[in-house]
Amino acid sequence: MADPRIGGLWVIFITFIIAMVLSIVSLPDSVPYELGYLRPEWIVLVLMYWVIALPHRVGVVIAWIVGLLTDVLLGSLLGQHAIAFVVVAYIASSLYQRLRMFSLWQQSIIVFATVGVSQLINIWIENIAGLSEWNMWYLLASVMSAMLWPTVYLLLRYLRRQFNVT
Amino acid sequence: MISLFILSAVLMIVDHMSNYLDEVRSGLTLVLTPILVAADIPAREVREIGELIRSRDDLKSSLGTLEKELILLKAKTEKMAALTAENNRLRDLLGSAAKLQDNVLVAELIGIDPNPEKHEVIIDKGGRDGVFVGQPLLDAQGLMGQVVSVSYFNSRVLLISDQSHSVPVQVSRSNLRLIAQGTGATNALDLKHVQDTADIRVGDLLVSSGLGDRFPVGYPVGIVNKVDHDPGRPFAVVTATPSALLDRSRHVLLVFTEEKLAKVSELKQGGGDG
Repeated sequence: MADPRIGGLWVIFITFIIAMVLSIVSLPDSVPYELGYLRPEWIVLVLMYWVIALPHRVGVVIAWIVGLLTDVLLGSLLGQHAIAFVVVAYIASSLYQRLRMFSLWQQSIIVFATVGVSQLINIWIENIAGLSEWNMWYLLASVMSAMLWPTVYLLLRYLRRQFNVT
Repeated sequence: MISLFILSAVLMIVDHMSNYLDEVRSGLTLVLTPILVAADIPAREVREIGELIRSRDDLKSSLGTLEKELILLKAKTEKMAALTAENNRLRDLLGSAAKLQDNVLVAELIGIDPNPEKHEVIIDKGGRDGVFVGQPLLDAQGLMGQVVSVSYFNSRVLLISDQSHSVPVQVSRSNLRLIAQGTGATNALDLKHVQDTADIRVGDLLVSSGLGDRFPVGYPVGIVNKVDHDPGRPFAVVTATPSALLDRSRHVLLVFTEEKLAKVSELKQGGGDG
C-alpha cells in the first residue's frame, strides 16, 4: 500500500470475490430447490456500487472481465454475463452523477430496472442458443436485488471509507 | 464498449458452435477453484453439524443397519461376479464384443448450479483423475448424467433431468428402444415418440440402451409412472420417474468403461485409481 493511488484497490477485488462466492454458494439440502429463484444478483449489485462510487476505477472493461469469470463459474456461454455486465456498467456510468443525488429507495428502483435488463439479456441469449426457456420466476431476482440494494450500498460505502478506496 | 460487445458475441458464438474454448474455460475454472470450494462450505458445515449432534444410540443403530446391508451386498456381489464371468464367457462364445465389466471412481458433489432451471452439478474429480467430457455419472440407484466440462480439480455434470438432455433407453421387459428427455423437474423424464401400440406399461424399468456410444448398456434410468393413450395425439404420453436421487445424492460414481480405462491408464502410466 505504498502508492496511495492504488491503496485499497484490493478491497474492490475482494468484494467481487465475495459476490461471486455468494452467487454460487450451495444451499443446505434441507432448503427447497425453488428458493434459488430468490437469489439476488450479488455481482451486479457490487458492480453497480463501484461504478457509481468510483467511475474512473471500475468501468465497462472491469465489468467485462468480471462477467467472463462469472460465465466460467456458472457454466454459461463465455461472454453471456460479460455482455450483460457491460450494459449494467454502461447504464450506471452514464447515470452515476444523478444516482448519487438519489435517495437509497430511488436508487433501488434504478437497480431493479438495471438488474432486470441484465437478466433479460441473459435469458434472451440463452433462448437464442436454445439453452433455457423464459420463465417469470427470473424476475424475483431483480426484486430481491432491489430490496437488498440499501444494505449492500451502506456496507460497501462503509468499507470504501474505512479502507480509503479512491 | 462496442469492441467488448463484438468480442463477447464472437466468444459466445465460438463457445456455442465449437469446443475450441474448452481449454480456456478449464484454465479459468482452475483459477476460480477456491471460489467453488468456498461456496460449498455452508452446506457442508450444516451437514457436518447435523452429524455431530447425532446421538450415540442413533449412530450405533445406523452402524448396525449398515453392517447388515454390507453383508447382504457382499453376498450379492459374489454372485454377481460369478454371473458376470459366466456372461462374458458366453458372450465370448457368441463372438459378441460387449462386456459387462465397468470400473467406477467415487466422486463427491461440491456445487449445484444456482439457476433452478439448469440441472448442473459440480463434482470434486477432474482432469487429474482422468475424468473426460461425456463420461457417465451414476449414483447408487441409477444413471445421473454426463460430464460436460472438465477442469483440473473438478468437473461439471449435466443431469438427465435437464431440459436439454436426452438419454437413449430401452424397456428392460420388452427391449423397446426409446428416448428419455429431461423435463426440468428432478422427478420426471419424458419419453418421446412412443407409438400408441408400443409394449410399455406403468412400472416398467428403463435401462440405458448404450446406443449413441455415450452411456454404457444396462444401467437403470427410471421407472415408467404414466402411460396415457390420448386419441387426439399422434403418440402416447409416457413419463418416468428417474431411478437416481438426482436432487439428493452427494456421493456419485464416475463410470470408466473398459476401453476408456485403458486409454486413461496409458496416459497415467498405470497410476489409475478407478
